[in-house]
Amino acid sequence: MKGSAFLARYLSSPSAILGTSVIVMIVTAALFASVLYPQDPLRSVAAPEIWPFVDAAHPLGTDAIGRDIAAMMMHGARTTIAIGLIASIVASIIGILIGAVSGFYGGMVDNLLMRFTELFQIIPNLVFLIALVSVFGPRIEVVVLGIGSVSWTGMARLVRAEFMTLKNREFVLAARAAGMTDLRIIASEILPNALPPAVVLASLIVGAAVLYEASLSFLGLSDPAIASWGRLVGEGRSLIRTSWYIAAVPGLGIMLAVLSVNLVGDALTDALNPRLGREASGS
Amino acid sequence: MYALLKLILNRLAHAIPTLVGIIVIAFILLSLAPGDVVDILAADGSIQDAATAAAMRAKFGLDQPLPMQALNYVIGVFQFNFGYSPIHSLPVSDLIVSRLPATFLLMASSILLSVIVGVVIGLYAALNVRTWKDFLGSVFAILFFAAPSFWVGLMLMVVFSIKLELLPVSGMVSMRINATWFSQALDIARHLILPTCALGLFYAAIYARVMRAAVLQVSKLDFVETARAKGVPEGAIAFRHILRNAVLPVITLIGLQTGNVMAGAVVIEQVFSWPGIGTLLFDAVLDRNLPVVMGVLILSSVIVMVTNLIVDILYFILDPRIQLEKHS
Repeated sequence: MKGSAFLARYLSSPSAILGTSVIVMIVTAALFASVLYPQDPLRSVAAPEIWPFVDAAHPLGTDAIGRDIAAMMMHGARTTIAIGLIASIVASIIGILIGAVSGFYGGMVDNLLMRFTELFQIIPNLVFLIALVSVFGPRIEVVVLGIGSVSWTGMARLVRAEFMTLKNREFVLAARAAGMTDLRIIASEILPNALPPAVVLASLIVGAAVLYEASLSFLGLSDPAIASWGRLVGEGRSLIRTSWYIAAVPGLGIMLAVLSVNLVGDALTDALNPRLGREASGS
Repeated sequence: MYALLKLILNRLAHAIPTLVGIIVIAFILLSLAPGDVVDILAADGSIQDAATAAAMRAKFGLDQPLPMQALNYVIGVFQFNFGYSPIHSLPVSDLIVSRLPATFLLMASSILLSVIVGVVIGLYAALNVRTWKDFLGSVFAILFFAAPSFWVGLMLMVVFSIKLELLPVSGMVSMRINATWFSQALDIARHLILPTCALGLFYAAIYARVMRAAVLQVSKLDFVETARAKGVPEGAIAFRHILRNAVLPVITLIGLQTGNVMAGAVVIEQVFSWPGIGTLLFDAVLDRNLPVVMGVLILSSVIVMVTNLIVDILYFILDPRIQLEKHS
């Protein structure tokens, strides 16, 4: 597929443009967090419970203990992006490894690996994640690896299916006849062809990972030393009767982040499969 | 009937090794954690000396080698024994069972809401494809698919409980004496509305998207054209011909999503102080009461497996064309 044609198809969709611009906004917020708010965002800086759009020094207001919500939002954007990306990469690596081996070799290996995948599809993801955190402690690396380790099953199934169809194609048979090792055939012949749909799925995993992180930190089960939108929603609960904006603002941030990633993922799917057309998207 | 029985037996035979795998994972996590039940009891002063601690360890089988402990744990779970909660001084199974009805109620009402809302919106959007009605349906689906359920719950709470004072803020029952069973049921139903919406709307968004795609796909098939050519009214085509076939992927998804609904309930229970296994799990995590955490992990997996079986049976009944080979 030509890159320019792909880009043109991608940019022809309004949801792609909307999604991309929101992502650019969030990334910008994350990049300028330390410039605009160089100090620790988890420090009290003003009177508590200032409403948004009241005090120009604190445009999004302050929370129950006088921390600046805008500062926490911008620093939280970093957490959201970092966790979403790293967790998605971890999940993709696990999924591609298991899916590739399973689809390439088939038979007993495939059977065993798919039973293992099924295990992780059955265990409720968030419950497993909570169990991991309760065993290994609410540290950021546990959270990231944990989210990665509950998000890879879809990737494994997708890559396996791609490998199963691709492994009997002529170019693979030719590579085999030329005496290439299995590892080289997997990595340099089949994998590049299986990658486009995998990239789309990886973008959707980012959205899911952001939601997992938000849920965990909302419950107070993620790293307490790191600014996080989910945690801010959770802390806003204690003042929900009077200052509901403390919970409302970061929740909007989470929603926008997930929304934009999903829009981009859908637009990528459409751009990759122009034959499917709009009706089939989402099935 | 014979085919159905074969399907069920086949599924059960497949499920047992899976269940053993899940229990082993739970056991590995349990043994990786620093400290055991006896350490927890020692920490809060229930056990004073080393001799009692050793006796307790022997009683719970904690003095045996790890593979033996793992085997005992697996056998125990199959006998519905998930170990002992030192904080509650109760078997873990009793604790979980006492909390299950509340969680089941929340899950059932959320799934019901999500299916009804999702199917109606998806069908309506597809029948009006590429109009503003379709567009509104898509906006609903995209927004609620992205909104975190706990935040939707909190915002519903702000609007309906705090500002409008229409619905209770949290809990499952109001304190009331001498209430008839009917007013008690009504009271629980009132408490159930907001958590159900918070949890269910996310899945309604998924089902709406899937339903829309399925309806569009089915309406292009030959038998729909045939019905139209025979002069069957459009309404009857939509309900009798299209809906019945388009709803199948939604049913598959319900089965696949049960685990996520359960996990979602864990968070939503926390938002509304709903007294189910989510609240139990959350308290257990804070207390580092790991036998309870692992009990919830295993039992929620079992519930997912049972639901998958029910969905398979439902699918079989709704679509007899699908026989065993498609499932294997």
